[in-house]
Amino acid sequence: MKDFWKRFSQNRGAVVGLVILLLVVILSIVAPFIFTKSPWAMVQRPFIPPFTMDAFVLGTDPMGRDLAAGLAHGARVSLLVGLVSTVVSLLIGIPIGAIAGYFGGWVDDLLMRFTEFFQSVPSFALAVVLVAIFQPSIYSIVISIAVVSWPPVARLLRGEVMSLRSREFVEAAVLSGQTHSTIIWRQILPNTISPIIVLASMMVAAAILIESSLSFLGLGDRNIMSWGYIIGAGRTVIRQAWWVSFFPGLAILLTVLALNLVGEGLNDALNPRLARKGR
Amino acid sequence: MRRLISASLALFMTTTAAFAQAVPGGKLNLIVQPEPPSIMIGTTTNGPALLVGGNIYESLLRYDENLKPEPSLAKSWTVSDDGLTYTFTLQDDVKWHDGKPMTSADVLFSANDYLMKMQPRHRNLMTHVESVTAPDDKTVVFKLKEPFEAFIRGLAFYTMPVLPKHIYEGTDYATNPANDKPIGTGPFKFDEWKRGSYIHLVKNPDYYVKGKPYLDELYYQVIPDGASRSVAFETGNIDVVPGGSVENFDIPRLKDLPNTCTTEKGWEYFAPLSWLWLNNRKAPMDNVKFRQAVMYALDREFAKDVLWNGYGKVATGPLSSKLPFYKDVEPKYPHDVEKAKELLKEIGYDGKPLKLLPLPYGETWQRWAEAVKQNLEEVGIPIEIEAADVAGWNQRTSNWEYDIAFTYLYQNGDPAIGVDRNYKTSQIAKGNPFNNVEGYSNPELDKLFDEAAVAYPASKRQELYDQAQKKLQEDVPVAWLLELGFPTIYNCKVQDIVTTASGLPESMRDAWIKK
Repeated sequence: MKDFWKRFSQNRGAVVGLVILLLVVILSIVAPFIFTKSPWAMVQRPFIPPFTMDAFVLGTDPMGRDLAAGLAHGARVSLLVGLVSTVVSLLIGIPIGAIAGYFGGWVDDLLMRFTEFFQSVPSFALAVVLVAIFQPSIYSIVISIAVVSWPPVARLLRGEVMSLRSREFVEAAVLSGQTHSTIIWRQILPNTISPIIVLASMMVAAAILIESSLSFLGLGDRNIMSWGYIIGAGRTVIRQAWWVSFFPGLAILLTVLALNLVGEGLNDALNPRLARKGR
Repeated sequence: MRRLISASLALFMTTTAAFAQAVPGGKLNLIVQPEPPSIMIGTTTNGPALLVGGNIYESLLRYDENLKPEPSLAKSWTVSDDGLTYTFTLQDDVKWHDGKPMTSADVLFSANDYLMKMQPRHRNLMTHVESVTAPDDKTVVFKLKEPFEAFIRGLAFYTMPVLPKHIYEGTDYATNPANDKPIGTGPFKFDEWKRGSYIHLVKNPDYYVKGKPYLDELYYQVIPDGASRSVAFETGNIDVVPGGSVENFDIPRLKDLPNTCTTEKGWEYFAPLSWLWLNNRKAPMDNVKFRQAVMYALDREFAKDVLWNGYGKVATGPLSSKLPFYKDVEPKYPHDVEKAKELLKEIGYDGKPLKLLPLPYGETWQRWAEAVKQNLEEVGIPIEIEAADVAGWNQRTSNWEYDIAFTYLYQNGDPAIGVDRNYKTSQIAKGNPFNNVEGYSNPELDKLFDEAAVAYPASKRQELYDQAQKKLQEDVPVAWLLELGFPTIYNCKVQDIVTTASGLPESMRDAWIKK
């Protein structure tokens, strides 16, 4: 653990990313305590510029809603959507990749063709279609993000499992009479965790971007204030009130950047040999 | 004794409205959005078609901002004392754009033949009419089955345009080649239509009102992109932006440009009124106190000022204040959170969440749904906003699959035409999003509306409509929001840009450019 932290902190960017990410997480946790009112509440006159009123630091949007409250509550939505959809896509991708890599042969062929089918459709276009078909709601958004982002997980895991499959410790396990599922669960998967963690951190970032883009296009959940929604609603008044689109845009940028930096740091920390090769 | 409505008085009034002396000449660039499929308004009656076609075709009457009839193709008219016989005398020397004279035969052809086949709105009006006859070339007589006072407001250019008999008689109306090169009697003649680019109209030099029109040319520019439309006005390529043709959020920016004027006039005939359908068939919307609580909960002033840029007016009840027979009666519902909470407590509302269906007409309506949700949640009614496209909205409202839904409808000049359809029991029918969608049924009110439609003269109708408005405002079958205002934005050099109740389509004959 100490080693891990040492290697991680060698990557300055990763530390900065981690700090930003922690701030966003803290913000999303304390949001309901600082901004007790609903972010949809119309609390002041519309179009108050930022840094002019202490009570509304970031100003108000075209409806007189507190932008700071919207950002804080939006952080929860963005992080939640990012995490949940990543977990769901891992739940789809890991079994498919593991089974394909472990058994090989026609099972592998079948599962990989299925995966390629999803990979060949542009992922954002597919997400838009899915959300439009299932009516925009937080559930349909999470599901559609998961559906478009699991194929890389499956591909990655298949490769990892294939290389582990021929190692001696796996062969030993086979000889000792362990069942397939025990071997996959106990012997192989634990050894694939580090690349999965790295990939997952990137996937959270990608999921946040997809959710924001969907909301921006008006395909978000109508009852949930997310960053993408605020930008989409602010887009129409960008010439009168730049701040409505700017601050949530900045928030998305920072969060996604932070996640990518952390992902790189994790990569360094978890695969020390690979990392040094890269330098 | 016959009551003669003087044409000269009306003419006098329109001329005094123009303070300065009108000067002839010049051209105007207007926006037409979206590009209409046709400008032959006998068959195509959507807004953009009317905007252009209203310069080419005319009807017997036009209407001032109080919906008082004024002469158009009819120079004078009389109504018999029993309200059953309307006699119109036509203008002298009216010629079609191809040079043929316009006579009562054309009016007869339009009313009895062409429009009966092509326009449902005209057919509805004609259900009150026994016969249309022409004793001579200059006279047309409408005999009614019952005294239907609203009839006098049913002769506008888009309900009963007078069409050329010599071109259409005996042809297939829908495919007649003249539809692409319309021939009317109006102040402007059709010149050219470059699809996707512009429609060009030119002055009719033989127009029967001497000296009019003042303008030489009209260009109706087609600009499909919303942002480009705003920019075209900003750069001066467009002189007139008709109401509703730029996005609501662009209006504050445009109206603050130098040398830019706006007017809300010209929507008196359509009188668009917005409201929330409250599904009266479902609990808790079946409870009148709940519906009243909704009315108290809504902050409609806010919606007007913030979402509609201050245009429009908070509705008091079922009739727009622009409509004849409107009365400012009690009860009214100011924004009162405490009262709304009290009413909800009284009926023991359980806090069951309700679904709100916004109108899928763009950003303003989406924001409005968010504001209404906020208003209702403030008094303790949890709201979930649903998502629907235009087709979905139509389907849900017309099949009554909603709790609360946004809408707005035109009131078309008379409560018997554009209002009672939303409240009478006989108008409850699935499959139509414009009738009694809320499912309100009150025999007492049905009777009032039925009597008011055929009462004569107008003063008798007023009494009945006063009662109907009061009754409806007590029962709140729907939650009335705003009388919508769609401002026309134009370069201040253009004078007399709106001179009738239907606005731009009819007013170009009076418009002129200050030098």
